[in-house]
Amino acid sequence: MAENGHKEHPKYMNIFWWLLALTIIEVAVAIPEYATVLKAILLIGLACSKAILVANYFMHLKFERKTLAVIVVTPFLICVLLVFALMPDLTSDDRLDGIERPAEVVDTSAH
Amino acid sequence: MEHATTLDHTEDVYEPSLTPDSLGKLGMWIFLVGDTMSFGALLAAYAAVRAGAGVIGWVPPVEILGINLTAFMTFLLICSSVTMVKALESIQNGNVSRMCTFLGLTIAGGVIFLGLQAYEWNALIKHGLTLTEIPHHGLSGAAISGSVLFGPTFYAITGFHGLHVTGGVIYLIVILIHGLRGRYTAEFNHEVEIVGLYWHFVDLIWIMVFTFIYLL
Repeated sequence: MAENGHKEHPKYMNIFWWLLALTIIEVAVAIPEYATVLKAILLIGLACSKAILVANYFMHLKFERKTLAVIVVTPFLICVLLVFALMPDLTSDDRLDGIERPAEVVDTSAH
Repeated sequence: MEHATTLDHTEDVYEPSLTPDSLGKLGMWIFLVGDTMSFGALLAAYAAVRAGAGVIGWVPPVEILGINLTAFMTFLLICSSVTMVKALESIQNGNVSRMCTFLGLTIAGGVIFLGLQAYEWNALIKHGLTLTEIPHHGLSGAAISGSVLFGPTFYAITGFHGLHVTGGVIYLIVILIHGLRGRYTAEFNHEVEIVGLYWHFVDLIWIMVFTFIYLL
């Protein structure tokens, strides 16, 4: 373990080219107009790949003990859960109605 | 074959105990885990506000500024991450002056990033994106009221990240000064590794911010 952690360096420039390529792909994916869901899945997938590259190689997570990886992954899972826990409240039709109505009232009173 | 499996297993169970070096690293990782939760909460709040605005309206900053500037800022942070790992690699090979050069380049990357962010904020504020208002150009009253929370969430998240970059630049300058005074050697360099962890984390968060705020 100690020899293993002590430090044959990964090929950092290769990681750099990967990150650069993924960023260019991200921008290319983001610019054209098409289905939002597909775009979101592609972009989040690309962003996560980049994040994993940075954590694994630049932050050497891949070469650390496994327990650390478990600690580090936990908050990311909790954050994802947080978003999904909020979603039902936010996307229901009632809520959208609630926002639209007062806006129209403001609009007419302005005239 | 069986013998080999047993050995691997033993290695997993008896991990080496914490040394002062690995304690510092563990401390930084735990801080970063907490920080991830802060950013996670902010991004979840952003997702919430945006999903709440729904079809009514949303004014992403790329429509005001274009994507080139922030794509370049992303590129810049990735470059500064590379110079950071190069700095660590140099000192682990015992090359102090090379480490200082790369630390200097990393600091320069951070400072340019902050300058570009200041420029971006300035342009957005001039364009009418403030904490209480969004640019009205071409939007109905409903759309404006739908996305009025865009300003506060945008400035909170990019500002929080900008503060992290500022802190990182100061942290790196301190490490650079230590380096110039000859504190680090091929044997004693875990402080450089720890500042690297922080800096890469800031880069990692920007990757997420870039995707969720600018691209989506």
